[in-house]
Amino acid sequence: MLACASCHGMQGKGTNNDYFPRLAGKPSGYLYNQLIAFRDGRRRYPPMNYLLEFQPDAYLQAMANYFAAQRPPLPPPETPIVSQDILALGQSLVTHGDPARDVPACSSCHGASFTGMEPAIPGLLGLRPSYISAQLGAWRYGTRTAAAPDCMQIVAGHLTETDVTAVAAWLSTLPSPANPTPAPRGSLPMPLACGSEPN
Amino acid sequence: MGPFMGWVRSFRLQSMVLCWFVLTAGLGWLITSAHAQPIAPKAAADAAIVKQGEYLARAGDCVACHTVPGGKLFAGGRPMETPFGTLYSSNVTSDPATGIGKWSADAFYATMHIGRSRDSGLIYPAMPFGSYTKVTRADSDAIYAYLQSVPPVALPNKPHDLRFPYNNRSLLLGWRTLFFTEGTYRSDHTKSEEWNRGAYLVEGLGHCAMCHTAINALGGTSEAKAFQGGLIPMQNWYAPSLTSNKEAGLGDWSLADISDLLRTGISPRGAVYGPMAEVVYNSLQYLTDPDIRAMSVYLKSLAEGSPLVPATATVRVEETSLLMRLGKTVYDAQCASCHGGQGLGMPPQFPPLAANQSIQMESAVNPIRMVLNGGYPPGTIGNPRPYGMPPFAQSMSDDEVAAVVTYIRAAWGNRGTAISARQANELRTAPAD
Ligand code: HEC
Ligand code: HEC
Ligand code: HEC
Ligand code: HEC
Ligand code: HEC
Repeated sequence: MLACASCHGMQGKGTNNDYFPRLAGKPSGYLYNQLIAFRDGRRRYPPMNYLLEFQPDAYLQAMANYFAAQRPPLPPPETPIVSQDILALGQSLVTHGDPARDVPACSSCHGASFTGMEPAIPGLLGLRPSYISAQLGAWRYGTRTAAAPDCMQIVAGHLTETDVTAVAAWLSTLPSPANPTPAPRGSLPMPLACGSEPN
Repeated sequence: MGPFMGWVRSFRLQSMVLCWFVLTAGLGWLITSAHAQPIAPKAAADAAIVKQGEYLARAGDCVACHTVPGGKLFAGGRPMETPFGTLYSSNVTSDPATGIGKWSADAFYATMHIGRSRDSGLIYPAMPFGSYTKVTRADSDAIYAYLQSVPPVALPNKPHDLRFPYNNRSLLLGWRTLFFTEGTYRSDHTKSEEWNRGAYLVEGLGHCAMCHTAINALGGTSEAKAFQGGLIPMQNWYAPSLTSNKEAGLGDWSLADISDLLRTGISPRGAVYGPMAEVVYNSLQYLTDPDIRAMSVYLKSLAEGSPLVPATATVRVEETSLLMRLGKTVYDAQCASCHGGQGLGMPPQFPPLAANQSIQMESAVNPIRMVLNGGYPPGTIGNPRPYGMPPFAQSMSDDEVAAVVTYIRAAWGNRGTAISARQANELRTAPAD
């Protein structure tokens, strides 16, 4: 996995680069779905699309299993550069959602401690704000898609620019949880159906 | 020269390719009436023929163009960028309305053999009928039987998006007169059966010439230059000549090494990447050992007799000593862990760079892109979990890229020429896939 380390860090623990995501410890089903989506061009990031273009499913599964099993320490939380109001908005959206605007609580799928859920919902820890904003943006603009029904596209579609900044900022301030393991399959309410997370 | 000369030069991966048609040009082509034969009733296809057809379709790599990645098999719609606009491959499933379900074996053979579609007239040469014309009628019928067994997908062909005048198919007549020769492969009786089998596959279904043509055969005519200047957005990859040992000629390779390269994507002498990785992934890895060996025998013979030592001048030390010094520093820090301090690699997983022709060719496009984009050889049955090379575009300056590429082209007795930071920079914007 040396070819991946230059961007994702040894063991997929992430690097100092703002935009290169951590891979370690995310559910392997989630990582596998992403690798397939990059290979087939449903998720676009040209350097990754190129590297994976001619790799068979079984190898992508092996890569996913490897990174899912790694447990390097999380990076220290970010010092926020946004106002307290924005952080408060972020916290409230992430933990309670906003029913009036059809925004579900992120924790209802990503877990109360945001470590994700087996087999295919990722944790939201150890990601930088610019990466989180870019992903939510990519769903809104259709350059990232997941298996239908694509629940994240619906969630992202209900967020305003300010909401995105707020949730990205607040999530990146969270400290490491005592137990980084994803929640067991089927253990979270999931207010919407997600094609990538069969239940 | 016809306006379509550049088709084949850009085709599916916009690689800088000239076409085999050029070599076989000369005989004019007349429209024959192969189309007028009656449609035979669709016979219940014999399972063995279908299976043979599936194998031959692999050998022809039909899937690479006629299937969108992750999409339905042979439903077409895959975009192919050309300097003239975008072409979309056709639906060749058994769907009667939108595929070729209503086609006869004769109509199918007309497409393969003379580049004429039952439904839309003359076919653009992005569909490599210039090579497929060599395929026998029996093999064409087997592929036809197989395609008729592929589950129907109702998906109308997407209209091509071509600029005037290239959107006019009748212009293809001029192109064909110059560059297309109809004709089934004819055995060379002075050669072995194995050699002839290899030649049939390489020149016919394999359509290797679509990318690999001795560019020198055209010798930089003004026509060829015209296409470099703007019409081809970027010379992304260089498909080396297979007839010259200065490039990718395999004259001094062992048959075992050639076979490994074609079948698994890696070999003790080098690995495939870019467009060639696609060919191995979708096509060559599925071929039988005897067929791979036959192709190897033929490929080896192509370059036998061509001089072994590249004739290029060595890098002038005084001009490039700075590049070489910086290059060595970069190499030792970033590359030696896989390719070895002396460039010997750890074959077959980490290819050698010393004495590797493919990095010393006059065109330095491939090694530059390799350093910028990294890459994995294709994951194949023979090498299911290849080791990869990281991309360096995000971590190296243009000067560093130029220096390290110059270094590997000239160190350890290699005889490539130096490259500039500008050349490295130009390739940063080449689309990665
Ligand atoms: C050139 C840097 C680079 C290299 C090399 C690279 N990646 Fe990535 N990878 C990225 C970036 C940037 C993203 C986020 C892309 C996006 O969606 O915008 C990403 C996303 C991913 C994701 C999805 C992560 C998530 O949380 O959704 C996975 C999985 C992944 N990469 C695996 C790999 C593997 C395996 C390799 C080695 C084969 C690799 N990457 C090599 C830069 C890289
Ligand atoms: C209905 C369940 C559900 C809800 C609610 C939900 N998510 Fe997701 N989320 C998912 C699934 C499933 C994925 C994985 C999608 C895929 O396979 O690409 C995902 C992926 C993500 C990713 C990509 C992570 C990465 O590493 O690339 C981000 C970021 C994200 N969600 C943020 C949020 C935020 C912020 C909220 C709340 C505003 C939220 N999600 C609410 C189900 C949900
Ligand atoms: C390099 C890309 C490429 C490869 C390889 C390729 N094709 Fe095509 N094919 C095309 C394109 C592009 C068209 C559309 C041409 C046109 O519209 O003039 C096409 C058209 C066709 C058509 C005509 C369909 C119609 O409705 O008119 C048939 C039949 C066909 N291909 C069969 C095959 C078979 C069988 C193979 C493998 C032996 C194959 N193709 C390999 C690119 C390719
Ligand atoms: C889509 C264009 C394309 C087609 C079709 C194609 N090639 Fe290639 N080939 C390339 C490119 C580009 C390279 C240079 C990259 C590399 O060395 O892997 C290459 C390299 C090679 C090499 C040299 C590898 C080395 O390491 O020296 C051989 C041998 C080869 N091709 C044989 C074939 C044969 C045989 C076929 C037909 C079955 C074929 N190619 C079809 C584009 C193509
Ligand atoms: C982690 C191991 C690794 C590192 C580090 C690495 N490479 Fe590679 N390199 C590979 C592998 C594996 C391939 C085969 C890739 C392919 O076929 O797509 C390769 C292929 C190449 C090729 C093409 C060889 C051929 O057969 O045509 C060149 C040129 C190259 N590397 C140069 C470099 C340079 C220069 C560096 C340092 C800047 C470097 N590599 C660093 C593993 C590595």
